[in-house]
Amino acid sequence: MNAPLGALDRPNSYIGRSVSRPNAKRLLAGRGRYVTDLALPRMLHAAFLRSPYVHARIVSIDTEAARAMPGVRLVATGADLAALCTPWTGTLDHFKGMKSAPQHPLPLDEVTWSGQAVVAVVAESRAEAEDALGAIEIAFEDLPAVADLDAALRPDADRAANGAEDNLCFRARLDTGDVEDRFAAAAHVVEEEFRFGRHTAVTLEPRAILADWDASEGKLTVHHATQTPYQFQDLYSRHYGIPEANVRVIAPDIGGSFGMKLHVYHEDMAVIGLSMLCARPVKFVADRLESFVSDIHARDHRVRARMAVDASGEILAMDVDDATAIGAFSTYPRTSAVEGNQVIRLMGAPYRFRSYRAELSVVFQNKVQTSQYRAVGHPIACAVTERLVDMAAERLGLDPAEIRARNLIPDDAYPCDSPTGYKFEALSHQESLARLKALMDYDGLRAEQATLRARGVHRGIGIASFVEISNPSPAFYGIGGARISAQDGAVVSVTPSGEVRCAISVTEQGQGTETIVGQIVADQLGVPRERVRVTTGDTETTPHGGATWACRGAGIGGETALQAARRLRSNILSLAGTILQAKPADLDLRDGIVVEASSGSERIALSELARIAYFRSDTLPPDTSAQLTVAHHYAPQGYPFAFTNGIQGCHVELDAETGFVTILKHWVVEDCGRIINPLLVDEQIRGGVVQGLGAAFFEECRYDEDGQLTNGSLADYLVPMACEMPDIVVGHIETPTADTVLGAKGCGEAGTAASSAAALNAVNDAMRPFGASIAQLPMTPTRILAALGQF
Amino acid sequence: MKAQAFSYVRPATIAQALDAFAGADGAATYIAGGQSLVPAMALRLQAPELLIDIAHLAELRGIALDEDGGLRLGALTRHAEAHDDPLIAAHAPLLALAAPFVAHPAIRNRGTLGGSVALADPASEFPAMMLALGATIEVAGPEGTRRIAAEDFFQDLYQTTMEPGELLVAFHIPAARPGDRCVFDELARRRGDYALVGCGVKLAMPAGTVDEARIAFLAVGPIPTRARNAEDALAGTRLDAEGIRAAQAALGADLDPQDDDQVPGAMRLHLARVLLGRLLGRLASAP
Repeated sequence: MNAPLGALDRPNSYIGRSVSRPNAKRLLAGRGRYVTDLALPRMLHAAFLRSPYVHARIVSIDTEAARAMPGVRLVATGADLAALCTPWTGTLDHFKGMKSAPQHPLPLDEVTWSGQAVVAVVAESRAEAEDALGAIEIAFEDLPAVADLDAALRPDADRAANGAEDNLCFRARLDTGDVEDRFAAAAHVVEEEFRFGRHTAVTLEPRAILADWDASEGKLTVHHATQTPYQFQDLYSRHYGIPEANVRVIAPDIGGSFGMKLHVYHEDMAVIGLSMLCARPVKFVADRLESFVSDIHARDHRVRARMAVDASGEILAMDVDDATAIGAFSTYPRTSAVEGNQVIRLMGAPYRFRSYRAELSVVFQNKVQTSQYRAVGHPIACAVTERLVDMAAERLGLDPAEIRARNLIPDDAYPCDSPTGYKFEALSHQESLARLKALMDYDGLRAEQATLRARGVHRGIGIASFVEISNPSPAFYGIGGARISAQDGAVVSVTPSGEVRCAISVTEQGQGTETIVGQIVADQLGVPRERVRVTTGDTETTPHGGATWACRGAGIGGETALQAARRLRSNILSLAGTILQAKPADLDLRDGIVVEASSGSERIALSELARIAYFRSDTLPPDTSAQLTVAHHYAPQGYPFAFTNGIQGCHVELDAETGFVTILKHWVVEDCGRIINPLLVDEQIRGGVVQGLGAAFFEECRYDEDGQLTNGSLADYLVPMACEMPDIVVGHIETPTADTVLGAKGCGEAGTAASSAAALNAVNDAMRPFGASIAQLPMTPTRILAALGQF
Repeated sequence: MKAQAFSYVRPATIAQALDAFAGADGAATYIAGGQSLVPAMALRLQAPELLIDIAHLAELRGIALDEDGGLRLGALTRHAEAHDDPLIAAHAPLLALAAPFVAHPAIRNRGTLGGSVALADPASEFPAMMLALGATIEVAGPEGTRRIAAEDFFQDLYQTTMEPGELLVAFHIPAARPGDRCVFDELARRRGDYALVGCGVKLAMPAGTVDEARIAFLAVGPIPTRARNAEDALAGTRLDAEGIRAAQAALGADLDPQDDDQVPGAMRLHLARVLLGRLLGRLASAP
């Protein structure tokens, strides 16, 4: 809490207070309303027959027997849905040269990954729909599959999608021009080849959608477990040719999203058409096996990187080659190139060096599509950079904390930019490092490590600095031609009883968006928080906005709420001035009561003011305009992104005989600007750390050499569980952005951004006495034991 | 996914259960705790036409000492009971020691010892512990009941010497003797997961020397596996470092784990040696 006091630091301010979620009790009581809970009259259920082939031509489909099965109302193929729905292509204009094949809800003549939905059955129950799947006959002709990154790029490679000129989706290069000279002159060069496994979101609530086409009015209502209802309103409208105003998307309670629930999925698009064909509501809920073969995957990068340092330990340059294997096409509408793009742009971001070169290759293959998932690109850029920094420190005989102290951008150097073009308004790397060292008793841990090593106990300490992209402007998607909004909208009203309603476009998936919006509105209006009701997630009742992605809920949605509440407050005080025959400037609204600003003496309750405005306007002067509802939009201005920063520490113990690693403790110092609710920020950080530790030690979508997923169930895909997770200590530094009144930046991805990097450094630190190292995530016992040469 | 439609009966006696099976033309499955069967049905990996619910058969219940002093465990003994029951702790401590490693509490409250052993998953704890304990398995069939030594029970992956329609009734475990020492542990990626390797050891050490060693591994092959060479290497020793090393070395002749996509066979053998060494070391240093 080191930010200067300002307009938000009023006594009893709700901003900066740890308040619990108003919706937590309802969800704990089992009164949540998820898409799965919804049952509409005449509702049908969809199930999909999926391809067992990795890559194949569809020769013929025989659905006759399935149509005759009990309860079956419709069997639909790709051709049936293509007649209703226009195809989509996952490219963005600002990714020059990017290409991808057009997609349909269900394939017309080719399947490009194992698990792809091919035929839909709609029946009175899900069980009956699944029964009918068994009666469908599809003749496939097996085609060569692309399942290896290097093989995919060879000129004579088979194609992941028939007819493609090659398997290259996108290539990008960055070069400051002086990298070769820097490396030639460097005292030391460290280099490594890194591999980052594929993983996936594994939300508690799987994907779920219930489409309700009303042919009588030409209206489509979609109950959809999504982060971005407005984006889907637009997509359903345009691809199915329904006027936007006739499409309503409702995102009710959502059980986690992490970036996974904002992409177009073939089954979801199909369900819209299935409802139109049946003229009845149709529900589809992905089961866990379907989730593994259809939810987006993420990561899957191979990075070759080197770093040049001088004799004093100053980093001079980085040179990076990132190759990432996506699916057989690029995901729509946000593409599958953003992660790689962020990997090469975030490399080295916390450090002062100016010379940088990178090449990115985004490659098609016959696997599940990849796209944005929590901390897009950050963990990869962070792990590569931070591991190279540790390798340089080892080469130089420097302590890892010391080499960072010498190279992190000084806290007084802002504004400045990165060699990749990112602009930093104000960060706190050096203070974060100092805070982390104190928080974890870094020197004490090092001393303990030395003592224990002598006794054959191998502990490792890893630290990792990071920046995080938040509050994205239209520079993210808008300039690429995607109809994905960077602004948000809010409607704030005083009800006749003097309560407050806020309908806002940012959405809630469990992270507490509604809580912080309520805090901000209550704070800025001057009413008790309990009297503010926040509504989200319905395109019919909330204004259009970006919703929830890329860490923008607090920074952009929060600022929207703040500005809207300030306008409403001004209207309230203006009306109070009229009623009280006082100057509005002499009045204030505190705790739901209009008071005299100077003395604090009560003048009129908000409820009384609302009663007069709504029911006794006859008592007001003729020219009074009682505007107790305000609609307000806010789009980020100034910096294209509000970068945040921080640093993490990880303490592990390696069992060198078994390759097992116990994570002893984890620390985070983060700076997300103005903290609205410390409790929720801590939860975001901890949850993010756990997802990063999952990537570091457990989570991986494993494929065999033919392109078949071999661990697509929760028995075989290991998500991090509470028993294996350490205590996570969180410290905060606050450097608010000056671009907004609120000063908040994002915090949802910070935990994930650097925890795997800190873990990677910790494990390598523990392996040092053995002369062994590891550069592949997840760090499984098998990989660690192999690195140790134990079998 | 949703299970395919099926019929359900709840017999009152073993005889009724066997009759129900006989009348179902091979399309029936017994269900007790359902902790493996129900997920398999939900995944449509199994689609029996008839479920015969044996969870209420009194004849399959009970934990008691036989007239010969051995322990009789009804097949319906829950995993949680294996953990808590004092008779089991006294006479079959390996079951109690292994129980906390079996999945999670909710599963242990429903899952039964009979179900686990009848399924014969080589990565499960209880089948291997029945080997280590020298259990005899009582099964009922149309021809009456018979007893099968645990040694002869496990045939191959998920395959036992039980005939289709036979019902696992009870386990008979020899009474513990003074000087018996037991230890169990396993190496699993996460608490409650199937282990990469697990091991239970029962040593008869009435006078400081190993009279008899029984060592059983799980997750090292298609069936739970006795490590007879390692047992022989330990027999007659005082459980000293040399004896332990000999037992570890002998495992190469006992185990031949195959490569899978996660764990190479050589690594699994290495882990088995490390685990056995640690377990025996624990017994050696115990008071």
